[in-house]
Amino acid sequence: MMLDDFLIRAMLAGLGVALAAAPLGCFVVWRRMAYFGDATAHASILGVALALAFGISVFTGALVVALIMAAAVSSLSGRGMAMDTLLGVMAHSALAFGLVAVSFLQGVRIDLMGYLFGDILAVSKVDLAVIWGGAVAVVALLAWRWQALLTATLSPDLAKASGIDPRREQLGLTLALAVVVAVAIKVVGVLLIAAMLIVPAAAARPLAATPERMALIAVGLAALAALGGVQGSFVLDTPTGPTIVCLAAVIFALTTGATALGRLSAKS
Amino acid sequence: MSLIRTEGLSVRIGRTQILSDVDFAIDRGEIVTIVGPNGSGKSTLLRALIGAVAPSAGKVERAQGLRIGYVPQKLHIDPTLPMTVGRFLNLPRRHEKAAVRMALEQAGLPDLAERQMGDLSGGQFQRVLLARALMEMPDLLLLDEATQGLDQPGSAAFYRRIEEVRRDLGCAVLMVSHELHVVMSASDRVICLNGHVCCEGKPEMVAQAEEYRALFGTGTRGALALYRHDHDHEHDHGCTHGDGHGHDHVHDHDHDHEHTHEAAR
Repeated sequence: MMLDDFLIRAMLAGLGVALAAAPLGCFVVWRRMAYFGDATAHASILGVALALAFGISVFTGALVVALIMAAAVSSLSGRGMAMDTLLGVMAHSALAFGLVAVSFLQGVRIDLMGYLFGDILAVSKVDLAVIWGGAVAVVALLAWRWQALLTATLSPDLAKASGIDPRREQLGLTLALAVVVAVAIKVVGVLLIAAMLIVPAAAARPLAATPERMALIAVGLAALAALGGVQGSFVLDTPTGPTIVCLAAVIFALTTGATALGRLSAKS
Repeated sequence: MSLIRTEGLSVRIGRTQILSDVDFAIDRGEIVTIVGPNGSGKSTLLRALIGAVAPSAGKVERAQGLRIGYVPQKLHIDPTLPMTVGRFLNLPRRHEKAAVRMALEQAGLPDLAERQMGDLSGGQFQRVLLARALMEMPDLLLLDEATQGLDQPGSAAFYRRIEEVRRDLGCAVLMVSHELHVVMSASDRVICLNGHVCCEGKPEMVAQAEEYRALFGTGTRGALALYRHDHDHEHDHGCTHGDGHGHDHVHDHDHDHEHTHEAAR
């Protein structure tokens, strides 16, 4: 069967993450939450350690810790401490605690690198089901709340005046972020999840005139990076997660550079 | 039945008391303007009315199914968010293409549907904000210093549009403004706010109130005379105190009345 080929599974896993991370990443970019995504992702390594210690699935452990982290940051923000300071403290301390916790785990030999940078070539059929389940859930949430999310992103007051609760929409995004982090660990690893959120969205920006087009283009570019990255890493024998992100970065450089050139030539 | 009313509304943000004990109501078709110095809680009052800030005491009651059109003081659109004028008008609900086209025409901005919001001039931007608020056919239009940054013809045109809108939609309009001469000519009622309601009433009465003069000085009377040539002043119940601060009520109405008369002749 097709799914027995590990390369096919890897590509499908990459596509699943691209599908969810790219539109969510648009909101992360629009709302200036880039560091927030980073913090949530870094914290999830603690969830991985806890999951291994208690023998539950890595997905569940990462999801729970990512949720706690996201909720903590949401509720602490706007209380005196600057957001970037707060996130810097929490993200890196959670990562550090996670790494220390992993070192305490005995008996199980853990491939730490696999969680930091992803291990997409080892994706199982069950992993694939989890990744696609999570991705579809996130995309469904975004599609369902799209208009409200967009209004709340534009201005919480405009949303409120139209009977939309901006805090509820924010909560939905936070939830979606935790899900994406949890499903993306296996594919790109905790250190590079934020890149899968932000880079395709940033690459799509110069090509788009409306939010919808930006989200769709971001999905396309992310899928391109995921497929190309899996192939490239196989051919070049490079780590897959970083290869995917490298490709996304090259795409970003191309779209941004091309737009800048276009603007220059339009002026002259 | 008022569209929206507050009773004893107080708002505290952090340790600062922004509003205390504000009683307010607005009826269908009314144009009410809030004036007051910077930091007097004008924007906070509007934000409390839409529910964006929670009252620390008192309550806000909205009529059942009240549709509010809100035009904020400023709207920053992040440059990473691509947003055409046409798309913006479809938030928070989508409308038919024809409705959007008509809204743009009425706003005097045909052919701008594909323009990015960030590329609009200040006046165009404000008109788009207003057009978006009107897409929902609001019962109540809230304008928070909507003409900020517009030149005089621009703001005059903006207020003419508000008048039209009230006539066509029959909606109530509540606006915050610094442009006292416009306020005085265009409003049915003026509320002078400084953390509490200092005084309120018809424009000409408020202009003569002690509390209003203490905040704005007397320099607006010349402008007032230009805009108000009618003689239907009522002097007795112009000002009502919204709080119990116990200011002195020494209203020198006689003097003022003569003054206005002279100007009107």
